[in-house]
Amino acid sequence: MTQPVLSVRDLRVEFVTRRGILKAIDGISFDIGKGEVLGVVGESGAGKSVTGSAVVGLIDPPGRIAGGEIWLSGMRIDNLPPEEMRRVRGKRIGMIFQDPLTSLNPLYRVSEQLIETIRTHTNLSASGARKRAIDLLAEVGIPAPERRIDSYPHEFSGGMRQRVVIALALCAEPELIIADEPTTALDVSVQAQIISLLKRLGREHGTAIMLVTHDMGVIAETADRVAVMYAGRIAEIGPVRDVVQNPLHPYAKGLMGAIPSLESDANRLVQIPGSMPRLSAIPPGCPFNPRCPYVFDRCRVERPEPIQHSEHRVACHLYDQSPVRSEAVA
Amino acid sequence: MFAFIIRRALQAIGVLLAVGIISFAMFRFAGDPVNQIVSLDTPAAEREQVRRSLGLDDAVPVQFARYLGQAVRGEFGVSYQFRQPVSDLLAERMPATLELALCATLFATGFGVLMGVYSGLKRDSLLAKVFQTISLIGISLPTFLIGILLIYLFAVTLGWLPSYGRGDTVRLGWWSTGLLTTSGLKALILPSITLGLFQMTLIMRIVRAEMLEVLRTDYIKFARARGLTTRAIHFGHALKNTLVPVITIVGLQFGSVIAFAIITETVFQWPGMGLLFVQAVQNVDIPIMAAYLMLVALIFVVINLAVDILYTIVDPRLRTSIRQPA
Repeated sequence: MTQPVLSVRDLRVEFVTRRGILKAIDGISFDIGKGEVLGVVGESGAGKSVTGSAVVGLIDPPGRIAGGEIWLSGMRIDNLPPEEMRRVRGKRIGMIFQDPLTSLNPLYRVSEQLIETIRTHTNLSASGARKRAIDLLAEVGIPAPERRIDSYPHEFSGGMRQRVVIALALCAEPELIIADEPTTALDVSVQAQIISLLKRLGREHGTAIMLVTHDMGVIAETADRVAVMYAGRIAEIGPVRDVVQNPLHPYAKGLMGAIPSLESDANRLVQIPGSMPRLSAIPPGCPFNPRCPYVFDRCRVERPEPIQHSEHRVACHLYDQSPVRSEAVA
Repeated sequence: MFAFIIRRALQAIGVLLAVGIISFAMFRFAGDPVNQIVSLDTPAAEREQVRRSLGLDDAVPVQFARYLGQAVRGEFGVSYQFRQPVSDLLAERMPATLELALCATLFATGFGVLMGVYSGLKRDSLLAKVFQTISLIGISLPTFLIGILLIYLFAVTLGWLPSYGRGDTVRLGWWSTGLLTTSGLKALILPSITLGLFQMTLIMRIVRAEMLEVLRTDYIKFARARGLTTRAIHFGHALKNTLVPVITIVGLQFGSVIAFAIITETVFQWPGMGLLFVQAVQNVDIPIMAAYLMLVALIFVVINLAVDILYTIVDPRLRTSIRQPA
């Protein structure tokens, strides 16, 4: 297997608060290969966005990376000094945020923001950077970019602004793009355009993409593999088709069961009873055990480690047993 | 943009008209001006003559129209106590007040923004806490007390700086300036600090609060995620976004600084308009008070307009909304 673009090993992120240390990310590991799209799903507070921020080194105090390693194309980046990490950000890792309306500085022209970013990471001249900025806008599908480039952000629509944000993330041709809920704030029709744009960019440039979202539809359409997160841990990770159609982890089952389908005629969508535990009150053992329909004694005392099961990796004691037992559940 | 300025100018005229009515009314309600001019043993006939020569026997609307007509031409009558045209008196005193106000504002803005940015960026550092404490003093101590304390320390005890007056001045046409002589500059220091201290603390607190607010925004996070340098993020992206409220405060406070230089000028015996006004109040010199009122109103109106125009230069979003009024 070739070297993955991003490799995260046993990453832990903590927030130090007055009432003690909260573990926002508690030992997660995953890889993203060249040109691959990894979807990261989970409820709010499951640690999806924190994972993205940790990878680009933007965890602000009181948060901190408490352990584990992050490797970018064979280079360890989680312990880089701040100035070197800044050079990695934007140049080798591009980031896209949720709300295009607030991601751009309202007081600067799009051209100024693009050229500033390009010139920070390359040694292009001002005119060279401007030419590249126009090319980038064309690439992300902004019509008449040479005319639009000197507009201010508020003169663009939401979808167009998200394209500008993507162009900004692409300025230095990064190896990895972290897209944190890139479509959540957009209309459905615009969502589809942005998703296909991301897919095309990944395909054409071989960029690895980490797509953080809570929208399973977006994941199913875009991702090659998907990681389901719950309470700061990865419950299940595997190829997107397998995970969507045949989820193993009880939480993943619940999550997929909650997606409405046009074909089947279900009267009620399946709900997962209860809600995710607060970070200050994660139960011992498996964090999902109070809500799990298949819970048994071991779940309440022992934390399940991820185990390989066919093409998935799943953190659940059910699959640590004989095949008979898991058959009975599935 | 042009229509916007016209609209604002019309509003300004309305404000000035209202102030004109108030200042005109002072003549009628602050006692009989004739009594201020003539001595106690002046015969009644002579009093009548003075009254007629001042036009005080005309109908009120006629007097008001005449008053406005003269005011537009910059004539505000003759001071009762100095027997000189008020406009000459004000013109003579104005440079002193404007130079003081300008220095105070520059001091307040410069130090206020610097200290605000610093304590916004490093809010847990010792120096930032010192700034916060100083600003508390600046906000809560009354101006005259600060002035007296400064005089006591730097003029009386240390003897470094003069305690009163403008020092030597140089005349440039009708404008007399203290900025070109050493003694003039030295004389400016204490009054400027006294006058500007409140504004400085205000600006510092606003810049600090705005910096903290702006640094939390998504576009700053995105700028960091793009790997821009800390310098570019703090001074290019964050500081510019704090400017709109700072311009408002500096602008409006500049008007206040001129209008309320009265106290500082009294403490330092600064020969400006404020001191003239205080003397006018003591002697019921109504023409000076009325003219001063009009002048301060004019200054406020002009500054307000300038602030509005500055907004549009800083924030492009306002440009569009002004071009196409909703």
